[in-house]
Amino acid sequence: MNVRLYLLQRGSAAVLLPLVLLHLGVIFYASRRGLSAADILARTRGSLFWGTFYAAFVIAAATHAAIGVRVIAAEWTGLRGLALEVGMWSFGLLLAALGLIAVAAVVLA
Amino acid sequence: MAEIAVSLWRGKADGSYQLYRVPQRDNQTVLDVVTWVQRNADPTLAYRFACRVGMCGSCAMTVNGRPRWTCRTHTSKVVRHGKLEIGPLANLPIIKDLACDLRPFFEKWQAAKGVFAPRLTRVDAIEEIVPTTAARQAADAAIECINCAVCYAACDTVRWNPDYLGPAALNRAWTLVNDERDTGQQQRLQAVAAAGGCHICHSHQSCQQHCPNALNPTASIAGLKRHTMAAYLKGELE
Repeated sequence: MNVRLYLLQRGSAAVLLPLVLLHLGVIFYASRRGLSAADILARTRGSLFWGTFYAAFVIAAATHAAIGVRVIAAEWTGLRGLALEVGMWSFGLLLAALGLIAVAAVVLA
Repeated sequence: MAEIAVSLWRGKADGSYQLYRVPQRDNQTVLDVVTWVQRNADPTLAYRFACRVGMCGSCAMTVNGRPRWTCRTHTSKVVRHGKLEIGPLANLPIIKDLACDLRPFFEKWQAAKGVFAPRLTRVDAIEEIVPTTAARQAADAAIECINCAVCYAACDTVRWNPDYLGPAALNRAWTLVNDERDTGQQQRLQAVAAAGGCHICHSHQSCQQHCPNALNPTASIAGLKRHTMAAYLKGELE
């Protein structure tokens, strides 16, 4: 962890905070209203807002988690150097790819 | 006469605890106990002390699992059910028995640029320091460190990451960051903002909990985090 990674992790946490709150609100709304999968897809398909919202969520979460896991890996496995960097980037890119595929599935028609 | 059953660490890292029976006194420090063992039971016991009054920072050991300055820890405070366990400080290589190798601790002090970089020479007049500025008060709040390494031994992050500079070195760097006379700020901020620097502190606050001088290295490290972030955003750090 250096100052750049620290800023990225704290910055991504600050981005995530309102996004997580709205995401929880969405879950609450969808379950209380008993929305079906079709109802939800009708709202998300082609929506620039939900596409942007969840893409930002995925990028921030992938960034935050990858840096956090990097710290844990360094402390608990003694991983250092190139292996640590490759591990962080692989984990972050995997999370981002999985998340963005999921976002594409509900936003793109 | 009442006795304390004292378990003392003997040997190096692969050593073990050995039991000694030490007379209990009304006014007795943990350092007194260790000294009694060396003078009366086993002269080969290795340990370190100097001032005996809580100024030099030499006598820190692990007492019942907690790092403490032994010269100012009374046995009445730490003996439980007539027993006492005394070992070397954690997170440092053991030389022998209760004496640790403090080189990693002081090398990190150097690596954190915990050394004053003066602007004036000895022929110049002594600079006046205004004690009321915010920076000077921040420096004063952290400056009474006696280098005992108790915080270093108490730190989880030091245990998990041997590259971490540790609370004492970063606390010292923070006092110098707030010293208006110092000219080594750029190198110091670079050193504490690099990998192994202030940003891997998890703020567990064990350093603050155990510091015998009631300093708060966690707060100093938080100050370094803020300071380095601001410097980085201004483009002053790589």
